[in-house]
Amino acid sequence: MTFRTFSYLVFIGFFMTLPLWADVFHTRLFTRILIFALLALSLDLVVGYGGMVSFGHAAFFGTGAYMTGMMSLHGITDALVVWPAAAGAAMLIALPIGALSLRTRGAYFIMITLAFAQMAYYFASGLETFGGSDGMRLLARNTIAGKEILVRHDFFYYAAAGSLAAAFLLCRRLTRSRFGLILGGIRQNEKRMQSLGYATYPYQLTCFVISAALAGLAGALMANETLYISPSYLHWTQSGHALVMVILGGLGTLAGPVLGAIVLLLLEEILSAFTQHWMIVLGPLLILVVLYARGGLHGLWPQKKVSHATTP
Amino acid sequence: MDPVLLLTQVLNGLQFGVMLFLMAAGLTLIFGVMNLINLAHGSLYMMGAYLAATLQQKTGSFIAAIFLAIPLTVLLGMLVETLALRRLYNRDHLDQVLATYGLILFFNELVRMVWGPQAYFMALPQFLSHHIQIFSGLTYPVYRLVIIGVGLGVGAGLYGLIHHTRLGMLIRAGASNREMVNALGVNIRLLYTLVFGLGAALAGLAGMLAGPLMSVEVGMGEPILILAFVVIVIGGIGSIQGAFFAAVLVGVADTFGRVLLPPGLASMGIYILMAGVLCWRPEGLFPAQRT
Amino acid sequence: MKQKSLLGICFGGLLLVLVFSVNSAASGHAADKVKVGFIATLSGPGASLGTDILDGFKLGLRHCGDKLGGIPVELVTGDDQMRPEVGVQVASRMVERERVDFVTGIVFSNVMMAVARPILDQGLFLISANAGPSLLAGDQCHPNLFTISWQNDQTHEAMGKYLQDQGIKRVYLMAPDYQAGKDGLTGFKRYFEGEVVAEVYTRVNQPDYAAELAQLRAAKPDAVFVFYPGGMGINFVKQYAQAGLKDEIPLYTTAFTLDQSVLAAMGDAALGLVNASFWSPDLDNPVNQRFVADFRETYNRLPSLFAAQGYDAALLMDSAVRSAKGQIGDEDKLREGFRKADFQSVRGDFRFNNNHFPIQNFYIRQVIRNDEGILTNKILGVAFTDHMDAYHQQCPMKW
Repeated sequence: MTFRTFSYLVFIGFFMTLPLWADVFHTRLFTRILIFALLALSLDLVVGYGGMVSFGHAAFFGTGAYMTGMMSLHGITDALVVWPAAAGAAMLIALPIGALSLRTRGAYFIMITLAFAQMAYYFASGLETFGGSDGMRLLARNTIAGKEILVRHDFFYYAAAGSLAAAFLLCRRLTRSRFGLILGGIRQNEKRMQSLGYATYPYQLTCFVISAALAGLAGALMANETLYISPSYLHWTQSGHALVMVILGGLGTLAGPVLGAIVLLLLEEILSAFTQHWMIVLGPLLILVVLYARGGLHGLWPQKKVSHATTP
Repeated sequence: MDPVLLLTQVLNGLQFGVMLFLMAAGLTLIFGVMNLINLAHGSLYMMGAYLAATLQQKTGSFIAAIFLAIPLTVLLGMLVETLALRRLYNRDHLDQVLATYGLILFFNELVRMVWGPQAYFMALPQFLSHHIQIFSGLTYPVYRLVIIGVGLGVGAGLYGLIHHTRLGMLIRAGASNREMVNALGVNIRLLYTLVFGLGAALAGLAGMLAGPLMSVEVGMGEPILILAFVVIVIGGIGSIQGAFFAAVLVGVADTFGRVLLPPGLASMGIYILMAGVLCWRPEGLFPAQRT
Repeated sequence: MKQKSLLGICFGGLLLVLVFSVNSAASGHAADKVKVGFIATLSGPGASLGTDILDGFKLGLRHCGDKLGGIPVELVTGDDQMRPEVGVQVASRMVERERVDFVTGIVFSNVMMAVARPILDQGLFLISANAGPSLLAGDQCHPNLFTISWQNDQTHEAMGKYLQDQGIKRVYLMAPDYQAGKDGLTGFKRYFEGEVVAEVYTRVNQPDYAAELAQLRAAKPDAVFVFYPGGMGINFVKQYAQAGLKDEIPLYTTAFTLDQSVLAAMGDAALGLVNASFWSPDLDNPVNQRFVADFRETYNRLPSLFAAQGYDAALLMDSAVRSAKGQIGDEDKLREGFRKADFQSVRGDFRFNNNHFPIQNFYIRQVIRNDEGILTNKILGVAFTDHMDAYHQQCPMKW
């Protein structure tokens, strides 16, 4: 067994067994971390693999959360219906946003996705049935096939962990498929792919929409964890926070965003326990990571050989 | 809307636009020349306001405070550039985003520790606090007219600097072909530090001018930073002219949007404008020429 | 490569060890101390209110001898970062890890709505030191929730009543476009019967109001009433004065706009403005005078109304534990103690309504410069005596 396999086993073992030995607070803390890891993973699919820097993923995250709230208002509470619906709603929103945004590139793409997310934010703030800017409380967690098992925090942890694992495997499959290879080609040199006869636009749009679905699922999970939906899910700082996780962890890798989410949220939790002024420590730490850990924290993980190339 | 009110609102839009231009000019310059996305530009705006407010209380003079605070902001900007940002010019944009986001956290918390969590006071100097009558029925605050004047002056100055000086020539050359400038034996490091200092001066100046009108407080830079990004994207990244016209466009559009549209829609106004412009012209209104 | 990995693993291990060891390990519940969890926005922009409430609360604890009802107190703080979902996480830490007896703080209504149930459902007592959303005063009131501050609408109602009494006919209303803004103007209109010329909602955290002020001037109202808390208030009041409107159209507002913590940043622009509040630093009672003097000595500034709320929250807890004879495990006895509210508040006598929101006076204040040249508020008169909030009848609780 190599050192790398061993590390993976320890890592997975830790997360598999966590609710068995941790107290309720830590189970819930890590549930939240896993949900954000899912959001970061979805974002990395467009940013790291698709080369499209979306600064508006909070819109899809929020759509998933609001869809959960809306369905619960109408008495639909089964996760088997609600969660796919949340992902689907995010896809429906992402389709026009992506279709329009993909007319632009680079920094323009960053800003146009931000613009759409801001519109969604103000739209949600005006939804009086959902408590407007104050948001709305949900009555209970979703059921699974009519059974209220997610009420237990440890079961819900496994639901979140399972969703993340499924998304991880899906992304792995996707990025190694023909689709993923073409996407990588587009990221590295769009003109070349076009001259090779590939219609690049549909590939990028598909990637964008799939990513939005995962973000929507993360939103539905978040609404279940906090039992609360509010426009703050759609705020641009939420998009920024997710982007920080991705970059911190390492772009264009699957484990990177997961690591980034874990480390960033743990750092916030630990530092804020020591001082109110925790941001003055976190800020320079992020700068140090950029300056000295190229390729993000993923570079610190035991490697097989050379890591995937980040953006050129 | 009667003509006097209409004209007042046009002036208000122009004044808001000019403030945005001061922020956007530095941002687009740094982006265009060094290819750096600087999220900490808003922090320089905040630091400019805090430094000027403090110096105003120490010296008792608004003018002296401005003239002392500008070089201090420039020094601060150059210090940040030399210590951290210089190494990021050749890096991926997203690395720059993460590092400068770290700077935002740092500066916000630093200000809170040094100046306290409460907002800080910056007075409007007596000699600028009155109104003048532009024509019968239309009076306008002198200070806001001064801001318009300063903004237009800075715009003209930048235009002159970029098109008619050696430094400007290097800036233009650097924006279109970095390697070439380097190969010509120009000290590109120094050039970059100077350009960054210039950007810091503009951001700081915007903060100082905003100080007497607005609350000098922690986090004051971020809302204006987002607007400045909207402006440079609409204008075309790297283009000072584009930034100017886009800033005025955004200023006027936002002003009239707030007055005429229902509140929810008014909040979305400039984002709808930006999305519209980018769908129509994906590289902004005045795309900078690159080779 | 190997070195880097080792570094990474050490770093990861350190993080995990820390996250499972900080937040003072739950030592089970000890009867010889009472534990209070304080949740508020304590970092970044928007932290000013939270730190003020915390300072007031700490002073209150000190005046109780760092004990609540004679039992030594332990204070744990949590930062909600102004985000409801972070608030839920902090609440979970207070409830499940720290095992606190009381939770207090809570600055913003949206955080309050998110954390109230997770705390209350565990049988804990939640003492809101600021947020008082209408839902929690009405049909969602809760036997373990006590709000020491006010219901969101109340202060605005006081100003509505005052302008009505002053015989003002046409008033122009402005507030930020969010829930608290809408609640505020609703409260105002509940008591003001004259004509509302316009009801303008502006973008949250809008820096510049020149356009709105030009519209306002053109509408020529008799008076203006606004709700702009914190930084928005500073921007608005400064620009209102600079537009020359202050001498033209009188501006009325509430303590949230002209609170002690922002007056210094407004300067002369605030001088003479009239506002409504449940409290004022010059309220003439011994508790308040001691509070103001000691707060000033400790923190080197005059207290804000938020600090006063934090201070009262500490005194309320002290009285409740005392009245329950120190039996903090006994939920019913504690609730009795809280309901009695047997303490002298910074506003004099204090009592709760059936929905556990205060029944209190509201004063009309004016911003003045005191003898030392510091801007502060002075009471002009009383708008309401023993005022109850508009939602208490919707609350099914009776006691």
